Amino acid sequence: MNHLMRDKAPITDAAWAEIDAEATRSLTHFLAGRKLVDFSGPHGWEHSAVDLGRVQPLAEGPVAGVVAARRRVQPLIELRTPFTVSRAELDAADRGAADLDLDAVMAAARAAAMAEDGSLFHGYATGGIDGITELTPHPTVEITDDYSDYPSHVAKAVAILRAADVGGPYAIALGARCYTGVTETTERGGYPVFEHLRMILGGPVVWAPAVDGAVVLSQRGGDFELVVGEDLSVGYLAHDAETVTLFIEESLAFRVNSPDAAVRLAY
Amino acid sequence: MAGNSETLHEPDLPADVIDRHRAIVSIMEELEAVDWYDQRHAATADADLAEVLGHNRDEEKEHAAMTLEWLRRHDPALDRHLRTYLFVDADILEVEEAAEHGGDTDDPTSGSLGIGSLRNDSEDSL
Repeated sequence: MNHLMRDKAPITDAAWAEIDAEATRSLTHFLAGRKLVDFSGPHGWEHSAVDLGRVQPLAEGPVAGVVAARRRVQPLIELRTPFTVSRAELDAADRGAADLDLDAVMAAARAAAMAEDGSLFHGYATGGIDGITELTPHPTVEITDDYSDYPSHVAKAVAILRAADVGGPYAIALGARCYTGVTETTERGGYPVFEHLRMILGGPVVWAPAVDGAVVLSQRGGDFELVVGEDLSVGYLAHDAETVTLFIEESLAFRVNSPDAAVRLAY
Repeated sequence: MAGNSETLHEPDLPADVIDRHRAIVSIMEELEAVDWYDQRHAATADADLAEVLGHNRDEEKEHAAMTLEWLRRHDPALDRHLRTYLFVDADILEVEEAAEHGGDTDDPTSGSLGIGSLRNDSEDSL
């Protein structure tokens, strides 16, 4: 047994399978950053920091004539999203029920995905994570609610990247408002616009509900890296006669190696 | 003596199978050399010769490790098994019990949803 304490939970193998499957389905649905940035890991729960290869000179050495510097590292942060499920629903899973109410799992998975993607794209200052849109040196491309004009905004972002000598292919992370706007206000549910975007970018168009606006970023590799210690996991916290409290957890750090490899689009 | 690179059991094999065969035969040859050097190193009464034989023996270990790493990168099942059994502190049979039968060992991946990178899924996101 590890620190997730799954063996201590009053949950059968069949119910665990249902919980894990629902969490996986929801997480892969909502997560966008992992579809667009480099991924390193999982390095395990015990992995605590990313080596930055840099040092911070210290004001004075331990003795005269000796200079000192401190190695710089980026600590991983732990993200834990608790949720509670009904034991009656878990019992139903054992009986083979096909209509289990696992909304709490889905809600927790959505929150966990928003936490990860929000940190990647817009940063999480309290956790020491600088986001892609915070670090890009490029001017923000202004977008409007005229979504038929969307390809020209994306083309402008790609032109900015090309001018900065950032190679492609490129991708776009489309925030919820952008995605909804394109699908609801342009013809044929946005299909021609999305196809046009793919042609301009040479890479994927990704629905990214945690993104405010949109982000165009290079897919050449090496620019953005998500470092994961413990990958998204489900663990056990507590239970009573009626409910079981579980959590979705991961540990991560995020590195923006090339801030100029992304352009933000915002309203 | 291990077979050589031309010792294949079937005709018309694909290139990747033949390359893995080459690697496997090379590993066999390197480990056989390690064994022979080890015995001669232990048997000789000449200290200088023993030093040379011991050095050569350990060089062969390096060669075997390098080729094994190539093979691991080109054989997903071997990769999976090596990740399970190498560099663990737990009893090896307990590790096997956990890997094959879900036994109660300190498996750090237990509970992980195994999501990892989703880059290959990105084309289907819309």
